[in-house]
Amino acid sequence: MQLSQPTPAPCCAEGNRTAAAGLILQPGINGRLQFPLAPEQSCRGADAAPAPAGPEQKPGYELCSFVAGFLDTAAGPIPRIKTGLDRSDHLGTVLARVGVNRARYRIAPGLYAVGKPDPEAPVLVTANYKLTFDALRRELGGMNAWLLVLDTRGVNVWCSAGKGILNAAEIVRRIRSSRLDQVVRRREIIVPQLAANGVCAREVKKASGFRVIWGPIRARDLKAFIQAGHRADPAMRRVTFDLRERLVLIPVEIYLLKKPTLWVLAALFVLSGLGSSIFSFSAAMERGWMAALACALGVCSGAVAVPALLPWIPGRAFAVKGALAGIPAALLVSLICWSRIGLGGHLALWLWTLTVSSVLAMNFTGATPFTSPSGVEKEMRRAIPLQIGAAVLAAVCWIGSNLTG
Amino acid sequence: MDTLRYLPNVTTLQLDRETCIGCGECATVCPQGVFAVNAGKAALLDRDGCMECGACAKNCPVGAIQVNPGVGCAAYIISGWIKGRENATCGCDADCC
Repeated sequence: MQLSQPTPAPCCAEGNRTAAAGLILQPGINGRLQFPLAPEQSCRGADAAPAPAGPEQKPGYELCSFVAGFLDTAAGPIPRIKTGLDRSDHLGTVLARVGVNRARYRIAPGLYAVGKPDPEAPVLVTANYKLTFDALRRELGGMNAWLLVLDTRGVNVWCSAGKGILNAAEIVRRIRSSRLDQVVRRREIIVPQLAANGVCAREVKKASGFRVIWGPIRARDLKAFIQAGHRADPAMRRVTFDLRERLVLIPVEIYLLKKPTLWVLAALFVLSGLGSSIFSFSAAMERGWMAALACALGVCSGAVAVPALLPWIPGRAFAVKGALAGIPAALLVSLICWSRIGLGGHLALWLWTLTVSSVLAMNFTGATPFTSPSGVEKEMRRAIPLQIGAAVLAAVCWIGSNLTG
Repeated sequence: MDTLRYLPNVTTLQLDRETCIGCGECATVCPQGVFAVNAGKAALLDRDGCMECGACAKNCPVGAIQVNPGVGCAAYIISGWIKGRENATCGCDADCC
């Protein structure tokens, strides 16, 4: 049962090659034996010799910047992590929030230590999405604990549990591979409550002997939860979706539009050029920007205003909220394009702005923590035919206005 | 979620109070405060607050809770329409939620 494989020095996964303390290169790169001294070094002088390689150094691995040292345990050396974030962590957070490198922002799964934990210290289970890992460790200053990081493929706790990646089998696998039973005396682990949609606590207990204690939703409540003897206030067990939590989601919503945007702009350009002379490039240039403006302001209302103002926009269905939020945007488009187009053109721009806003707002359901799949399906069955109808009508009006105007 | 409410009367959540043993696991894991345990039995305190994440059913020791779990995400629903509900994904691997 006990695997004796050496634990590799934990390191940021691929794509995160910089900003690591103590770079370790593979020895004898070309298959030749390297001379022990580099040419610029000499044996002269009584200067103190540079520090020898530590036990954590392994060929081909580099140390992550969040590792402060190593703790010797019965299961081998365990990396001790810092609880403060540095510049590279903050930069990584910003990039992940914007959407760049988000899918690859992960750390090596396994056991980590916070502070100076002993065999009685609590074991906190978490995901290997670096944003999750950072959000957790920054709340653990002054604490002594073990961190069991699961392989959730770089996805956060709730979503990886929802996708079935974070499950009882993964917890059991990680308990065994990190030889947790040799490190701690108590047979219990604190698993975030939001993992419960993927983890059956009884299965973990049955397969590993470790009892699952459902921890609070937010990392900032962990200290109070542990101090209170694993008791959570009702508020610790409820998800929230306040203004700050909604605002941080907006950049990714926009980033994910980069692919469809190209197609949509190309289609708008073609539609704008269609007219009596079949296709007119000058008409496409002259009118295309107005359609693109409607599209851009539709994005502003559907992917920015709806997330930001969610509780204050009337309606429960997101498609409705999106269409309502699109009204001021459409009005603005109309005012900007006022005398350049006729009534049909204005109607097309209105329909287009409202539709884009409605579709994007509906798409935002997936980022919220309170929409049920049954509800989303119900609203989609009603909204999608209307959205398609509105888009087609907009195209007809837009081409028609070019023919008559 | 008290301030943000979604569509009412849509959840597939069902609680069989006869089978329930009142262990309270559902009330612990539910992130929306749907359950309350009174006099040794769970009750649905806020059924419309349910987002069908499935945490309660997954951890009920006696199978007293039924729900069709899934993700309340438009891309996920469309993928379910095309590939069948069992194979539904958000279509973006780690790139979304």
